[in-house]
Amino acid sequence: MDIEPYQIYAVTAGLLFSLALGGVFLCRHFFKKIIAAKILGAAVFLLLVSVARRDYEAFADPVPHAMVITGIVVAVSAAAFALALARRIWRDTGRSNFDGDL
Amino acid sequence: MNLIEPAQLPPSLIIVPILGALVCFILPGPWSGRVGLLTSALTVVAAGLSTWAVLAEGSQRHELGGWAAPLGINLYLDGLAAVFIAMVAIIGLLVGIYARSFYATESDQHGTNALYWPLWLTLWAGMNGLFLSADLFNLYVVIEVVGLSAVALAILSGKPPALLAGLRYLLAAIVGSMAYLMGVALIYAEVGALDLTVVAEALDGGLVPRVAFGLMLAGLMVKTALSPLHFWLPAAHSAAQPPVSALLSALVVKGTFYLILRLWVDVFEGSITYAMGQFLGALGAIAVLWGSYQAIRQSRLKLVVAHSTVGQIGFMFLLFPLITVAYEGWGYAPWLAAAWTGGIYQALAHGFAKAAMFLAVGVYVLAVGNDEKDSMVDLVARLPMTTFALALAGVSLIGLPPSGGFVAKWMLLKAAFSSGQWWWAPVIVLGSFLTAGYVFMILRQAFAPAREKLQLRPVPRAMEVTALLLGVGSILIGLRAEEVLLLLDVDAPFEEPVEPEEGGAP
Repeated sequence: MDIEPYQIYAVTAGLLFSLALGGVFLCRHFFKKIIAAKILGAAVFLLLVSVARRDYEAFADPVPHAMVITGIVVAVSAAAFALALARRIWRDTGRSNFDGDL
Repeated sequence: MNLIEPAQLPPSLIIVPILGALVCFILPGPWSGRVGLLTSALTVVAAGLSTWAVLAEGSQRHELGGWAAPLGINLYLDGLAAVFIAMVAIIGLLVGIYARSFYATESDQHGTNALYWPLWLTLWAGMNGLFLSADLFNLYVVIEVVGLSAVALAILSGKPPALLAGLRYLLAAIVGSMAYLMGVALIYAEVGALDLTVVAEALDGGLVPRVAFGLMLAGLMVKTALSPLHFWLPAAHSAAQPPVSALLSALVVKGTFYLILRLWVDVFEGSITYAMGQFLGALGAIAVLWGSYQAIRQSRLKLVVAHSTVGQIGFMFLLFPLITVAYEGWGYAPWLAAAWTGGIYQALAHGFAKAAMFLAVGVYVLAVGNDEKDSMVDLVARLPMTTFALALAGVSLIGLPPSGGFVAKWMLLKAAFSSGQWWWAPVIVLGSFLTAGYVFMILRQAFAPAREKLQLRPVPRAMEVTALLLGVGSILIGLRAEEVLLLLDVDAPFEEPVEPEEGGAP
């Protein structure tokens, strides 16, 4: 069985996704959780970009690229919001994790 | 004669609130509320016209920018979408009127009160976009719009518990939408299209679509707070300000529920198995029992109502096992229409009842000064209108006739028995008893005499009236069920059975 180059990236994306998912739930510090959420997004974008090149002979498919661009914009805003929120929590309460709640 | 081309209505449902949000954001505080209410009224008009257009002329499809399906993005307005858009419009307008009075009484330490309007209108535009989009990736964008504006609303008070709950909500929302997007990427890899109709035609039930749908479902379940993924909901919904709690609990969770429903019946019908339906139903059953039980155990009123949302969301998911038999080679079964209407009615009735309940509890908290259950005594004499609103909402949540909740639970029960899936029936009945438990627990407190006369803070009349109107609404949609059903039937996946002709050969 031949392995196409794009499949290597796609599998990497799957692994990265699982790792990041574990990170979001298992890491305690807010900052680590947010970074894990960012990696989660990166994994999805990697899959999309690898999908774009799945037809090796032809041109790269522009639709997934457009999705990645939009996705990056959304992910940046979400991350900025999460970081601002985490900083505000730290300033107001001195907390950097959810321990003790729920 | 038509003043407005019906196919032009869908985009107006998104453009009007988005423009209003931008204007509200620029204008100074007092003007923000006025323009906000005006925009709400305009959006309600657009929603009313859309509903009317669907009833009169059937479903509407709008091609954005004139680009047709495989390449362009379509907005599609059918009966199901119109019902949800109308629900958001009515509840959103009433909550907006309540919010104006609420923020007039609330101290504005951080100067954030006026931000309610731009955030809520963005959320509204996102919700309408969610109901209208016929494109998998566009749906991802709108669920992000909904998620981010919902979190921003939830932390509006700026108090530490709200901030902590908000960050947890935000992380859950990001994980949910990324899982959804992963599913979209897999679908695109498989069929090379994003339009719902095109994808539905191209899919043929292999492994990849199932994995993709699993990821999308999991992501949307986090956002809908179906147990056991509801961990973020009670804290976020109870720590928010009353109008925001009402919006989050009554409307926002319905958006992703709608999306699951849409994908389930319109896109992945070929990939769905009986076991998947039973699995979602089982999670729903756990949610019904666990959420309602937790609601009884809470000592703070807003937490009771927030946990009640977890339970009521569970009822909505009982729809899935009941409509899934159709795909096991049945083609048609007589209970499908009942199950379909029951589940959607649950979403509608819960929307009205939960909004009424959070607004009424907001009035209580404002008057009494805290939200401990034990301080809410003698309120039936002091705040009769609000207590009545709470009782009406409770009647609908429990599912007593003639409320909207009764129609929902009755239809679900009927479908459970006639499909032979009797095991959902005890869940529905037990869930209703547990619901009655916490509703009567709140009402018993309200009827209890006070030892000494309470010093209540005055509450603006508009807040009490809007809560009551929503409570009445939760009953009315049960009484006027026929009109809603008529709208829901426009291009419904499961139609009422056609009676066999009489007089044929035996």
